Amino acid sequence: MFGSLFASFDGSALDEMRRIETELNRIFERVPSSTGIRSARPGAFPPINVGFTPERVDVYMFAAGLDPAKVDITIQQNVLAVSGVREVPVDASADYYRKERFEGEFRRVVTLPDDVDPERVEARYRDGVLQITLQRREAARPRQISIN
Amino acid sequence: MTANEVARRDTGDAAARAREQELALAAVVDIYEDGRGITVQAEMPGVSKDRLKVQADRNTLLIEGDMMIDMPAGIEAVYADVRATRYRRSFTLSGELDTDRIEASLKDGVLTLSIPKRAEFTPRKIEVKTA
Repeated sequence: MFGSLFASFDGSALDEMRRIETELNRIFERVPSSTGIRSARPGAFPPINVGFTPERVDVYMFAAGLDPAKVDITIQQNVLAVSGVREVPVDASADYYRKERFEGEFRRVVTLPDDVDPERVEARYRDGVLQITLQRREAARPRQISIN
Repeated sequence: MTANEVARRDTGDAAARAREQELALAAVVDIYEDGRGITVQAEMPGVSKDRLKVQADRNTLLIEGDMMIDMPAGIEAVYADVRATRYRRSFTLSGELDTDRIEASLKDGVLTLSIPKRAEFTPRKIEVKTA
């Protein structure tokens, strides 16, 4: 199904990319839309994906062309808020045909599970994706109980 | 080519296109023009340089890219605004654009394409002589 696109990549990378593609599609396909009280309207900037594992919670914000210095990430208990400004330089001497890119201030808030540890949060920005990783507290993880 | 062959080919192409569009996100763009040419800025967060494909012939500009997102093993999505892992968008070009001299750069998920006009099409100021 991705034949035409993958044709341009060399064979060694092909299998690995197929695997990643399948995995990503499996994970993010058909996840129900949020009805959360803090959820934003569809199409709000930036789009967000949230994924859980027993150990951590990952929040992905798809925000290309962001200046990390102009992004503010705060966490209070289990509520994560990301706000900032995305500036899109405008060429005043040019005629614009399309202006689809979001410009200006944004804020998105995500309610996370109660067991995230607000002291252990990491954020990084790469290729236009802001990834925030929050560790969950040990106690909340499933534990194997042995029978004596 | 017979009419049948044309019909078959069209059906095949349409089916392939439908599949491709179903799974691809349309990259959000700004497009503007100045005296030198047209600039396209396309947002493709998650796409690195080696997973980006820009293709231009005389008539069509095609932009495609695959996202590469760092995810822990066994992750389960609980919320997703983004439900595809690739971007795809195409535009029809016009004849005065010089597709052999397109310049592309990618920074923080923003692709910038500068498509210059052929030299003979860059605007010249016409001076009006007064008698």
